[in-house]
Amino acid sequence: MSDMTTNSHRTSLRNAADWMLVAIALPALAAFMLPLGARDGAPVGWLGGTMAPLFLSGVLLTVVAGRAAPKRVWGAWVELAGVALAWLLPLYLMKEGLDLSAGWGLWLFLVAATLLLWRVMGVLSGVPGWTRAVIVPGLFGLGLLVGWEVLVRGFQVPAILLPPPSRIASALAANAPVLWDDFRQTVLTSVLRGYVMGCGAGFLVAILADRVPFLARGLLPLGNLASAIPVVGIAPIMVMWFGFDWQSKAAVIVVMTFFPMLINTLAGLGNSERIQLDLMRSYAAGYGRTLVKLRLPNALPFLFNGLKINSTLALIGAIVAEFFGTPVVGMGFRISTEVARMNLDIVWATIAVAALTGSGLYGGLALLERVTTAWHPSMRRR
Amino acid sequence: MTSPHPLGVREATASRQGSDPDASPARSSVVVEARKLSLVYPTADKPVTALSEVDLTIARGDFVSLIGPSGCGKTTLLRVIADLERPTSGRIAIEGMTPEQARLKRLYGYVFQAPALYPWRTVERNVMLPLEIMGIGRAERQARAREQLERVGLSGFERKFPWQLSGGMQQRVSIARALALQPDLLLMDEPFGALDEITRDHLNLHLTQLWRATGKTCVFVTHSIAEAVFLSTRIVVMSPRPGRILDVIDCDTLPRERKLDIRESPEFAAIAHRVREGLKEGHSYDD
Repeated sequence: MSDMTTNSHRTSLRNAADWMLVAIALPALAAFMLPLGARDGAPVGWLGGTMAPLFLSGVLLTVVAGRAAPKRVWGAWVELAGVALAWLLPLYLMKEGLDLSAGWGLWLFLVAATLLLWRVMGVLSGVPGWTRAVIVPGLFGLGLLVGWEVLVRGFQVPAILLPPPSRIASALAANAPVLWDDFRQTVLTSVLRGYVMGCGAGFLVAILADRVPFLARGLLPLGNLASAIPVVGIAPIMVMWFGFDWQSKAAVIVVMTFFPMLINTLAGLGNSERIQLDLMRSYAAGYGRTLVKLRLPNALPFLFNGLKINSTLALIGAIVAEFFGTPVVGMGFRISTEVARMNLDIVWATIAVAALTGSGLYGGLALLERVTTAWHPSMRRR
Repeated sequence: MTSPHPLGVREATASRQGSDPDASPARSSVVVEARKLSLVYPTADKPVTALSEVDLTIARGDFVSLIGPSGCGKTTLLRVIADLERPTSGRIAIEGMTPEQARLKRLYGYVFQAPALYPWRTVERNVMLPLEIMGIGRAERQARAREQLERVGLSGFERKFPWQLSGGMQQRVSIARALALQPDLLLMDEPFGALDEITRDHLNLHLTQLWRATGKTCVFVTHSIAEAVFLSTRIVVMSPRPGRILDVIDCDTLPRERKLDIRESPEFAAIAHRVREGLKEGHSYDD
């Protein structure tokens, strides 16, 4: 038991490794009987005049070296190189002009490579620090992108249905000035202003409603009502009220973000314990001091919850609202017009920008939360 | 100067006591006076009488324990003194004032059952909290906080967070926080109730030393007979339904200076016996 805790990689893997390797070897062995792909309709095998054997021996070498490595973690890094080599093989074969859609040998081989990656990730996720926090999720994401690229191109999925990531990336690069203008209009103008107004108003009204009980009683049911309002219903109305520019997008965002912030702030303000409030009363602290010294710090985790929910809501709200009228710029506008023109590469590029922006906003807030509420039980690291 | 005791006993008089006698020439020796004090909670089915016609006088410098089974109103009585509850009838005066006036003048320090420390503040900033609210300057706040933390034996823990401390240490921080106000009256509501017996003995010893060193008036709620007899100059025995006072016992047979071994003395046993008898008298089997 103590051996497990002091050296978890080695012990757990010594037990698991053999079974895992057998599981990896089975599809790999089967793969050698099947073709890699086809050239001009004729199947091409592993020894069909390509450099595939070179890749194969490289991968085998890493697996053997990985087994022999004095430390499991070093072995894992060596095996990772093997995985990378295995996944480079289809990219090389496609460059050679092979049709991979019937290359079941190759696909089985890649299944084995994925199992090997699974094993590597299992070891790496046991290493504390940067490896576990950054490298493992990074490798996971990279693996998904490479898998997407290889599958889409290998099976020749039409780009109109799903383009490979490389094509989205080149569309991003080619249309960078346009996408930047869209980003500036949608995110830097509409989203930021609407977000600040919606969250700010929700917060201030919550403080007021906490002081004036009938406001809370009246507003909370409205919150449920508002959260059920569809954006596609409210957006055209806001465009009619406030015009095409950012004001109508900000208005949609305010409608969407006001109540989540209000409800979270109210819940946070009610989060102080009786004993803490009694303490403030015993110090003859008034409403204001109790709010600042006790109730707002106690509400911080709730405030961040509201802010994080709203960061994604605001982005969705702005993009959807732009479908209903906008100056000829903006991410929603771009998506709606380029879909109509069948220019799906740009649509995907815009989606990528939106996804990155959303995770960036969320991640920034999560980081800020970590800094300001390090004391909270959910954040504590002794 | 460092003291060998965690609750560094210092023979300094409480700074406010007797510092300017002209301000209150008729400063009486009575700190708390309650007459026919009653408190009835309205509940859904029938009203609950938490306190019934309580008469109590607490003299300056006394250490008074309120003891009784749960539901006897001992905590309620303490909360009425602190103006955390309002009595429904009767009269109560703290230093000749209403409890509200006394609270607004910050005449007492209150130690709760739980430490009630703010997790986002360091130990030192927790002790500084009441001083911040009083509007005392930063330098003096820090000096006073350090002094009180040294008094409860927590020098060196200023920068720690409450959750990094043990339960006993947290409660000592909360005592330091109450002392930082420099009140003449210290109200304590089962402060050691959640601690193990060894820690509790330890803290009781230091509390009695602290009390002798500072000359403060203490009102202490407990349900432990040994704790009450060990600490108190007077013990108020209470009984439930309705909450009332059964007996008030003077502990003048025990010396003012208490060591843990007095618990083996016959005087100690005699007082403990009387407290136990009093509690038995108030016990009824109809509930």
